[in-house]
Formats: sequence, structure tokens, C-alpha cells
Amino acid sequence: MRSSNLQMWNTWPPETPRWNPAALLAMLIAGGALAASWQIAQVEPSLLFGAQGRRHIWAFLTGLFPPDLSPAFLQLLVMPTIETIQIAIMGTALAVIVGFPLALLATDRLCFVGIVYEMDGERSGVRRVARRSLYLAARMLLNLCRSIPDVVWALMFVRVVGLGPFPGVLAIGVSYGGMLGKIYAEILENSPEGPIEALHAAGASKSALLVYGFLPQVFPHLVSYGLYRWECAIRSAAILGLVGAGGLGQQIELSMRMFQYHETSTILIIVFVLVTAVDHLSAMIRKAL
Amino acid sequence: MYRLDRIRKVFADGTVAVDEVTLDIQAGERVAVIGPSGAGKTTLFRLLNATLRPTSGRLWFDETDLESLSGRRLRHLRRRIGTVYQQHNLVPQLRVINNVLAGRLGRWSLPKALLSLMSPQERSIALGALEQVGIIEKLYTRTAHLSGGQQQRVAIARALVQDPDVILADEPVSSVDPTLGRTIMELLVQLAENHKKTLVANLHAVSFALDFFPRVIGFRQGRVAFDLPSAAVTDTVMAALYAGVETSPVVSEYA
Repeated sequence: MRSSNLQMWNTWPPETPRWNPAALLAMLIAGGALAASWQIAQVEPSLLFGAQGRRHIWAFLTGLFPPDLSPAFLQLLVMPTIETIQIAIMGTALAVIVGFPLALLATDRLCFVGIVYEMDGERSGVRRVARRSLYLAARMLLNLCRSIPDVVWALMFVRVVGLGPFPGVLAIGVSYGGMLGKIYAEILENSPEGPIEALHAAGASKSALLVYGFLPQVFPHLVSYGLYRWECAIRSAAILGLVGAGGLGQQIELSMRMFQYHETSTILIIVFVLVTAVDHLSAMIRKAL
Repeated sequence: MYRLDRIRKVFADGTVAVDEVTLDIQAGERVAVIGPSGAGKTTLFRLLNATLRPTSGRLWFDETDLESLSGRRLRHLRRRIGTVYQQHNLVPQLRVINNVLAGRLGRWSLPKALLSLMSPQERSIALGALEQVGIIEKLYTRTAHLSGGQQQRVAIARALVQDPDVILADEPVSSVDPTLGRTIMELLVQLAENHKKTLVANLHAVSFALDFFPRVIGFRQGRVAFDLPSAAVTDTVMAALYAGVETSPVVSEYA
């Protein structure tokens, strides 16, 4: 007891922390990167705040007001608004169809690690390698899907299937499929192991483990994340039109090109209302889960 | 029922959890395994229920050498071994009936298992098991809403529905209060007796081991320290088993 007290006094008060050379170096590098970015990204505040910049800002801001709320224009926006919602719904559904099976392949605990594979794993070398390569292939595919931005996917799909909402659906389906798949795999990997071990020990097959052990435990999380993606999909669907993939984006692009800023502001208001409404709706559904 | 010959389990990090264990367990026997925590009892149970493969040594279950099994045949063997865990290991989101029927998964096809989630199959078997553990009224309750003791009853019902030859109970009552623990222990022993199942239990409370089990195995540092009829387990034997261990032996179930 006594000796431990003495030890405590020896290290009290704690030593004053000194400048750590590694931290200093990291700060220098970060500062350098910032300065270089200023240069290379051609940051030029005078363009924004100079006389001409101020004039343009003023013209744009005054142009936004008042929003065009004429019945004719609003009527024109009804279909694109519905289309935007539909693109988001279809796109998210497609994302689940793309992402879920890939997530199963990309979940290591479903393929080759954990208690389920303790007995079998070491044995069948060939099948183990096959499962692991399938896992890596699924991971790579998911990475590819989500590392390309949805707008770029939309540009490509417009080339393939032509203008309209369908390329938007495909773009959201593929890029969001990548994100959903990655997160779903993470969720599945974190499902509590105890119940899975118990079912496995009772002789359940792997597919039975999936439907009785893994999925019931994480289902609310899967649905919740799917809904969150749907919220994001509404935002995406609203801008994919800029590259010709239907929805409100097309109208934004049109009004901007024609310098009809008061129309642009109407559309932005609609997007804002839409996103807020979907936020609340999905929050309500998630609470009910 | 079980024959272990110099069974060793070494984990990837070099820990020797089970070290040269040799023992026999006859069909219909009731055996308690006791010992300090960290002695490797849970690992021993995972070797016994064929979810871990020993690093060396041989393990026979009912004349079958586990070494020779893999895949489907291994799964079929697992059906014959029911395990009850300390943490119940039920799926909290499922209804009680589906958790009980999960004991049938080793026998069911996937379509039948899926169908059962919507409309429970072989309901009468589940009802019978729940009646025996005394919580038939909780049939359609979500398992997460049950108390710890009730969940352990559901877990026992799941093992009954599995209809195994042997029931392994890994600290089955350590997570409930002592009085309830005794009730559940009595239930488990009585069910094993009625159904003529071999029962092997890993117990934290020494008194349960001595009261309910004719044979007691002391386990220490991965080895069998003693293997005695419960009448022969004296205070001296117990003291040696827990000697030098930080936590004192849980002689009373009220610890």
C-alpha cells in the first residue's frame, strides 16, 4: 500500500506535455496542403466580392425574388415533382436489390470467419479460397459502385438508355447499391454472435442461420439505413435532371439557362419542402420500428 | 456418450484453453464441471458440442470420431447435442414460439423454416416444451420482453424441442438470482431425467453441483483437477481447486 502511494507521488504532478515533433510535422504538412490548395484551386475572393462579383450576386439574388408561383408554372412542376419522388423510390428499391445480395457475399462472418466456420474452415481448402475470393470480388464491386458519383453514373446511363427518369433510377440504384451493400455488410458483421452460435450448435444450416440468426437481429437497422438512403435519394433525384435524367433537376437546368431565376427559386422551395417532408416521414417510420 | 482422449485446444494467440483432457461420460449420466473462471470450461463445452475442433487429441461422440466429420454429417451430429447457455442466446426480436422452434432448424428444410416464421410449424411440439418449462402463456410474446429467468426457460424449451441425446448447460443459471437459479436447475435436472438425456453442466455455484450431480469434475487451468462422486468432494478438494485464484470459490449460491 505504502509503496504504491510513493509511486503515485513520484509521478505527481504529471509531466507537462511537450511539443511532439510528429504532431508539429503533421501540422506543417496540413498547413502546406492548405496553402497549395488555395493556389491550385484558384481561390480568388475578389471574383466573388469585387465590384463585378457584387453586381452578379445582386442580380442573381434579386432575380430569385419573387418566386414564380403562377398556377401555370406550378402546374408545369407537378409532374417533375412526382417524377423526382418516383425516381428516388425506384432507385432506392433497385439499390436494395443490388446491394443486399452483394452485402451477403461481402460479410466475412457469413462466408469464412467466426464460430460457424471454426469446424469447417480449416478443412476444405479449395472452398475456403473460393469463398474468400467471392468475398473480395463483392467488396470490390461495391467499392466501384459507390466510388463513382451518382451524377457520373447518370451521365453514362443517359448515353445507354437515353434521356428521361430511367437513367436516374439506374444511377441511384447502382451508386446507392454500393453504399447500401457496404453498410449492410457492416451491420450484418456486427449482429450479436451468441444466438448465432446457439443455432449453429443445434445443427442449423448456414441459410437457416441467415434467416433466423442474422436477419432478425439486424432487420430494424437494415430498414432504418434504407430509409436514410431514400432521403438522400430524393436530393440526388432532384439534381440528376441536370444531366438529363428527369425530375426537377431538368427544370432547374432549364430555368437557369434561360436566366429565369424566379422559376429556379420556386423549384428550390419545392425541393426543400420535399426533402423536409421525407425526413419527417422516414423519422416517423424509424420510430415505429 | 463422450470419450475424450488427450484433448488439447490452443488458440491462435497461443493460449492453451484445454490441455490434455481425457475423460469418459456415459449415456444417461449427470456430470457437473466446476472450477475457477478462465479455467477453460466454456471452451471444453464448445469442443463437446462440436463447434470447436480440438488442436490435438481425439473426441468420440457415441462411437463417432468427430475428427472424421465435416459439412452435413457434422451438422446432423450437432442436432443430437443440445446446449443451454448462460446468456440464453435467444434471438430477442423473434417471438417465443419461433425461438423454441429454432431447435428444429437442424431438421427442417429452408422453406419450412421460412414458412414457420410466418405461420409456426409443428406447433404442438413447441407447446409441449413450453408447458414443461412452465411458460406456455408467453407463446407469442416477443422474446426480448421476457425476464432473464423466463428467457432461460425458453432456451431450455428450445433444447427440448431439439430432442438431443445430451444436454450441455454452460453456466445455465449464472445470470439469474440464486433462488430462481435453483428452481431452473431443478427443472433442468428433472427434464433430463424424465427424457433420459445425458446432462453435463458447467456451474459457477458449487452447491448446485454437489446437490444435483452425482459426478463432479474439477477443472483448473485447462486440466481435469479431480473427477469424483459428489459425496467425495471435500472442502480440502475444493480449496485445492480454487487455490491461488483471486475470486474465492462460490460455495454458497448467494455469492
